[in-house]
This record gives sequence, C-alpha cells and structure tokens, in this order.
Amino acid sequence: MPEMTYLQAIHDGLREELLADERVLVMGEDVGRFGGAFKVTDGLWDEFGAERVIDTPLAEAAIIGTAVGAAVVGMRPVCEMQFADFVACGFDQLVNVAGKMHYRQGLAVPITVRLPSGGGFGGGPFHSQNPEAWFMHAPGLKVVAPATAADAKGMLIGAIHDPNPVLFFEHKHLYRRVKGEVPPGREETPFRARVAREGRDLTVIAYGAMVWSALEATEDIDGASVEVIDLRSLVPLDEEAILASVAKTSKVVVIDEANATCAAGAQVAALIAERAFEDLDGPVVRVATPDAPIAFSPPLERALLPQADRIEEACRELLEY
Amino acid sequence: MATTASGPITAGIDGASVTSELLTREDRVQLLRYMLLMRGVEERALNLYRQGKVPGSFYDGFGQEAISAGAAFAMAAEDRLCVLHRDLAAHLVRGVAPGRVLAQYMGRTSGLTDGRDGNVHFGDRRLGCVGMVSMLPDMMPVANGMALAFKLRGERRCALTWLGDGASSRGDFHEAMNWAGVSRLPVIFVLENNQYAYSTPTELQFAVDPIARAASYGVHGETVDGNDAEAVFAAAFEARARALDGGGPTLIEAVTMRMHGHAAHDDMRYVPAELVEHWRARDPVELQERRVIELGADAQELRADVTSELDAAVDWALEQPMPDPGSAARGVFCEGAAEPLGDGMAPFSGYTREAL
Repeated sequence: MPEMTYLQAIHDGLREELLADERVLVMGEDVGRFGGAFKVTDGLWDEFGAERVIDTPLAEAAIIGTAVGAAVVGMRPVCEMQFADFVACGFDQLVNVAGKMHYRQGLAVPITVRLPSGGGFGGGPFHSQNPEAWFMHAPGLKVVAPATAADAKGMLIGAIHDPNPVLFFEHKHLYRRVKGEVPPGREETPFRARVAREGRDLTVIAYGAMVWSALEATEDIDGASVEVIDLRSLVPLDEEAILASVAKTSKVVVIDEANATCAAGAQVAALIAERAFEDLDGPVVRVATPDAPIAFSPPLERALLPQADRIEEACRELLEY
Repeated sequence: MATTASGPITAGIDGASVTSELLTREDRVQLLRYMLLMRGVEERALNLYRQGKVPGSFYDGFGQEAISAGAAFAMAAEDRLCVLHRDLAAHLVRGVAPGRVLAQYMGRTSGLTDGRDGNVHFGDRRLGCVGMVSMLPDMMPVANGMALAFKLRGERRCALTWLGDGASSRGDFHEAMNWAGVSRLPVIFVLENNQYAYSTPTELQFAVDPIARAASYGVHGETVDGNDAEAVFAAAFEARARALDGGGPTLIEAVTMRMHGHAAHDDMRYVPAELVEHWRARDPVELQERRVIELGADAQELRADVTSELDAAVDWALEQPMPDPGSAARGVFCEGAAEPLGDGMAPFSGYTREAL
C-alpha cells in the first residue's frame, strides 16, 4: 500500500474521483493552472483540463452557489475555499441555499466544500480559524474533519459520493506533517468515529490536528491507559462511539482547536452530561482555544491554541480526581 | 410610452404586436390564461389569508404577471428556472396545479413543500424549478451553476432566474454577473424593476441603473416593458437563443410597478398615489386581454374557465390535511440517491413544433 502525506491523499482522492466519474468537477480560486494555494490540486488541471478543474473568480459566495446549481442538474462539484476562514463570505449560500434545499423541496445538493483550516504556523486571525461549529449549527450540512492520510482520502471520497452538502475540513498543519498508508481505489471511509488508541483509565476526544496533539500528550502519563477517540465527523456526530468510550473509562477530556464557546467539544460535553452522567467519575474537562482571534505572533498563537503540555496537564488532573 | 423614476422605457410599446412572427393566436391566449390564473390564485389566497387560513404574511405579484408568464413561456422543457416570490405564473406555465399552490400557502400537505416553507418559496423539482430563498439574489449564482453544467456538457439549454431591483445592491448580484460574463454562461437574469424594495425606491438603491451596469460585466442588457407579456417573452426568447448559440448571458430589465404592498401587512402608504394610478392604467392582464379580443378570442369564456378551475382548486386545497407534527424534523438530509431536476412543461407552440 502506498505511503502518502495527508495532502497527497486528498490529491489522490480528487484524482480518483475525477478519473472515475465524469460528473465530478473541481472548482475554486487558483485551483487550476496554479495547482492551488497549498498545491493540493497540483497537476489536475494538466491531466483533466480547464473544464473539469476550474479556476474561478475570487468570489466565495458565487463558488458555493455555482456548485449548488451544477449539483442540482447532475454534477458532483468539489469546491475549494482557499482558506476555511474565507467561507464566511459564502456563509449564506451554504446555510440558506444548500443546507435547507432538501428539507424544503426534496432536492438533494451533492456538493463537497473543501476547507483548509487550522492554525499553528503564524497565519494570523484570517488564515488560522476552525469554523466547524458555524456549520454544525446549520441544519442540512454535514461537517467532517479527517486526522490521518487514509481518512483524508477515504472521507473525501465519502463526501463526494454523499447526496448532501459536505463541509470537508482539511487541517493545513497536517498537510505535510502527517504521512500514512493510503489504500488505492475509491473506498469511502464512513463518517463515524475511530478509536485512535485504546485505553481504560481516561478518554480524550478530539478531531483533526488535535488528535495528534492528544496522542502526543497522553503517550506516557505515569503509565495511565488513555483512550483517544478521533471523531472524524461532527455532523453526523457518532454519539454511540462517544458514549461507549465514556462508559468504559468514566473520565473524559474533550479537545477543540476551535474557540471554546459552542465548539464541537461543547456539543460532546453536553451529550455526555445528558446521556452518560451516571458513568462519570469526574467532571467533563474541556481544553480549547480561548474566545479570541488567532494571534499572529508565535508566542501569542501558542498561548491560544491547545498545546500538548496543556492537554497533558488537563489529563493528569482528571486522572488524579 | 411609460416612464419610471429612472427614465423612459426603451422597448415594448403598448398594444403593439411586437412578436407576431413568434406567437400564434393560441399562444397569446395561453399567455393571458396564465396571467389570469396567477392573478386569480393570488386573489383567492389573499381572501384565505384574511380568513386566517394562510399563516404568516402573504406576498403576491399583482401587476407583475406579465414578467413571469412571458419569460417562463419562452423557456423549453429542458431549461431550468429559479423562480421568485412575485413570479407565480412561471410555476403555472411549468405545470404546477393551482390547487397545490393554494395548499402550499396554507401550510398543508399536497402543497409543494409539505408545509416546510410558505408562500411562493417553492420549486417543483420534477418540473425543472428550484425554489428561492429569502436572501436575494441568492439564486443568481445557482442559475449560473446550472448554466455552467449545461455549457460544460455541451447541452443546448439555459438557466433563468428572476431578481428584483433591490437585489441588485447585494454582492451576489455582482459575483454572479461577473462570473456569467467571464465564462459566457448560457444564463438569463430577469430583473423585475418594480420601483420599490419593500419601502425603498430605486433612487435610494443605486446610482447607476443595473441595466447600465450589464455591459461592464460583459453581459448583454436590455430593458423591456414589464407589463407587456409579449415584450417580455420576446426578450427572453432572444436571450435564450443567444445563450444557446454561445453568445453568453443576458440581463433583461422588465420595468413594472409593485401594485400591492411588500406583503399583505403593508399598506404601502410610502408610494405616491399618482404613481399607482399611472400603472393601474397599464394593467398587464388587461393589456393582454385587449390583444386577444382584437384577435377574435373569447376572453369572457376564458375568464369563466379560469374562475371555475380556481373554484375547484380552492375546494381541493381546503380538503388537504395539515402535515403530521411528528414529521417536522424529517427530510433534513437526503437518505437515498440524489435525483436531479426534471423537465417542465413548455406550452409555447414553437417548442411543440420542435418536438413534432
């Protein structure tokens, strides 16, 4: 099985779908001739041409709205927001047009929106955000965020095959840092949680880049057996996997790289409070970014984004509770 | 010649047979029939609203019937439409039964959204229509997307959406016009300039008329008399031919007047009475009726037919049950396979002849 980076795996998923399904289109700012701001789509324009890998005007609302229109007449558009932050400019088309279409008129909108997200490299307030929760709150949109190279490909393929609008949050900091074996072909990775590491004493719940921070932080906490759950998908949220792990360990730390208030982790904490209260041996602990924009200067950014030492400290305190 | 706040209308002459080479007598009667149906459905619905049977508020297109009837009449079965809230005639042209529209207004089953949305916020996907959302003009990029797919697949089809004068102030107008021009998309935008966006007159909406901006986007622009169904038809027909022949997008400005308030709760006291009177004398339904009478058609009989059709539609709609509250959260996601839009009706005789 070939080994690829997370970025190469996304590229491979796009390429497999472009090869196999003529309805699939890639569209976005600079995705064609230039190969994308992060080079995710590099080479696809040469291989598939300007009519399938489409350089669009700088117009996020129109990119999403145009994808919606193409989808309802039978295409399978995959559009890229150059940075997840820029989806704010296309918010209305996602939340009001794409998300409500099937409920209102039984019309499916099979679009995938790729959102390069996350911080950790000095991107500042407009190139570092994790806006997953904006869309978790909007009915009709699926929200997924892979952590591994294999999932990046398999979940992208799942998103393209899904008859609903899927927001695919790909973490920029994982693009070239994470590598792994990636199966060839077009197999979908289901939008369900994954046990990244089994354990008995404590559960850490995370998604995206924070899965790796959680694994690093809990590698050796005085020999404690720490389970790490990779949510993979936020909508739908794999409630059963979360509850099963809590029933096993009775202690939970929930991590968000996103700003704390109403983040995905807040929803996970609420779920556990409602449905697993009797299983708990301690408070649900959250580690998240404070409710501040992501600062540019490295010491400020590090102070905001959850670091492994902060996660380790939270786990240690809960283990001792 | 009619005038507006922004100057004289440059195309479309009252009562003139501007499209005689395209429209048969039967076509012209059909156009009148769809306009009468639209007006009749909305009159019935307003009564039902006053009886408390239509929840929320009620929005109509009184006085604007020519625009949706004329433009939709120029579309072929395989074309795709995004229909707005003052464009009921477009749904009727595509084949939506009036009873279903009335059930929709009342939030009943057998409407077009099973009570999930109200007013003319619907599109029958089987008839090639996408329902609007309230954020305007969100359907412009969507129409572009449909047109883009047709162009990429090499299909001779187009997409059309309506928009209002107020919607031309929002960013989606700019993004969609720009992209349509850049990619020469086979798309038609029909701007219904009805003088007011809720209470805001056009002079507070834009310094440069949207139609004057069209060329700067690389979009063909044309102004027509929005109260003349045949003038609107002709402009849409030409725009469609241009789109199919690779000539790119068209913005048609159909100048008209919103003869009712923004919605039933609005008495529009902000509109000068003389402006309303001016446009009342140019009623689009009466204009088309005079035309078909001159052609020897029996307008009285047509009106009687429409009335009995609407009587039956109201009775039918009132018999439809309210939706099951247990279903309220269902259908948010598509669980099966995605089904694209189907073809609508295309009653224009030119397309019938094509089919034959």
